[in-house]
Amino acid sequence: MLVSSASTVLFFAIIAVVVVFAPGSGVVAERFFSPSHLWQSLVGSGGNPSVLGAFLLNVKIFTVSEVFILILALVIAVVRGIPGPVFFPFRLVAVAYTDLFRGVPLILVLYMIGFGVPGLDLGFISYLPDVTYGVISLVLVYSAYVAEVYRAGIESVHESQNAAARSLGLSRWQSLRFVVLPQAIRRVIPPLLNDFIGLQKDTALVSVLGSIEAARAAQIYSASEFNYASYVVAALLFVLITIPLARFTDRLIARDKRRREAGALA
Amino acid sequence: MNEHPALLLEGVYKSFGENQVLKGIDLIVEPHEVVCLIGASGSGKSTLLRCVNLVEQVDSGRIVVEGEDITSKGVDANRIRRRIGIVYQSFNLFPHMTVLRNITLAPREALKTDRAEAERNARALLERFGLLEKQDEYPDRLSGGQQQRVAIVRALAMRPHLMLLDEVTSALDPELVAEVLAVIKELAHEGMTMLIATHEMGFARDIADRVCFLEAGQILEEGPPERIFTAPEHPRTRQFLGRIIEAGRL
Repeated sequence: MLVSSASTVLFFAIIAVVVVFAPGSGVVAERFFSPSHLWQSLVGSGGNPSVLGAFLLNVKIFTVSEVFILILALVIAVVRGIPGPVFFPFRLVAVAYTDLFRGVPLILVLYMIGFGVPGLDLGFISYLPDVTYGVISLVLVYSAYVAEVYRAGIESVHESQNAAARSLGLSRWQSLRFVVLPQAIRRVIPPLLNDFIGLQKDTALVSVLGSIEAARAAQIYSASEFNYASYVVAALLFVLITIPLARFTDRLIARDKRRREAGALA
Repeated sequence: MNEHPALLLEGVYKSFGENQVLKGIDLIVEPHEVVCLIGASGSGKSTLLRCVNLVEQVDSGRIVVEGEDITSKGVDANRIRRRIGIVYQSFNLFPHMTVLRNITLAPREALKTDRAEAERNARALLERFGLLEKQDEYPDRLSGGQQQRVAIVRALAMRPHLMLLDEVTSALDPELVAEVLAVIKELAHEGMTMLIATHEMGFARDIADRVCFLEAGQILEEGPPERIFTAPEHPRTRQFLGRIIEAGRL
């Protein structure tokens, strides 16, 4: 405890010294940490959008995307696991989907969906708000990752569990629904939350389609006021919302570990 | 329905790749009969049970349950399995469900029994086997013997016509074996038709109406336990039982 406190103090002291005594320290303090700019960018002023207000859009994008991702990814993971030759084309589509959307950078998907779909002139589908195309892109990309997380969970449930369920006369679907998936999902909650921390940050990329979310609002402020405090504000907002989720994930992991150890003793 | 045997196997063959596990099994189990399968590990006992429960598909031959050929094409495997209870060596309880939910899941979902009735039946079974106070526990809080008894109750809750028991005491500590065997004995006294793969020779001698000795995927010898255990005809049976006696297991 003593050693860790001492080492922590020393570590941050060194960083503080380096920052404070750097030749450009005064300029950086004014450009990044000026209290008045921090405040004004947070609440908005002189025609500049409030970073905090814009951040609510990030939260909305994140929340809506998460719901669709959880559903779509589960469907993909389940489809990928259906046995039998009849379902080969479905499995093929699921595999191709995960390969494609895990491989393409999110920003390119955003461009292709956000500029491509409106270009198709397909009735209302081509005239949705920009932010909707952003959500669609996030859902497409993150579902590919989350589907793999689910799949790892499903495969971690021992086949004997499925065999026991089937022997009792439950159908393949009933076995999946009542026996395999509940165990699989419980095991993958920590990695799922980890992916969602990534998703929270990536909501900032939706701004490339024109939506004014926190990062974009910060950029507008800095461009008109020649001050970067707005970026610090946006960064702090992202960190503020990520930390609780990260701590929650840690707690779940610790709980799982305790359970496993308890199980090993029994 | 009673004129049919509970279970009939005719020329059943099963191989996994190159490995021929069952080589022409013929076996009849009459209603209310208890048949024990004995033999070394790898002789095909478990595979035979798994084929009857349609966990494995036979390569050739027929398996007929109460007059219905369950190996014919297009048979509804789920419907067949509901009539046949199977209990495994490794319990395989569902760890995320309470004891009560473990038992009521299949009746409720597969038989569409309503919840109150399924729970009433489950509690009655638990009470009979001295497990009622465990109904709200999760499986990892139970001893191996209790888990295995719950697994038996779970199979019984489907009101099976035939029970398959696959080495149900092999994974248990020796002091927990007796409580599980007592449950099986009680089922035998009630007239449950059972096909039991076991290494517990003393138990097989007590409980079985008939004992089948399996070796290398064939039934080499079968007969009433008093004859098989005292005057086996086949030299391989004698050799097997000799080793068991040497090991102090009979």
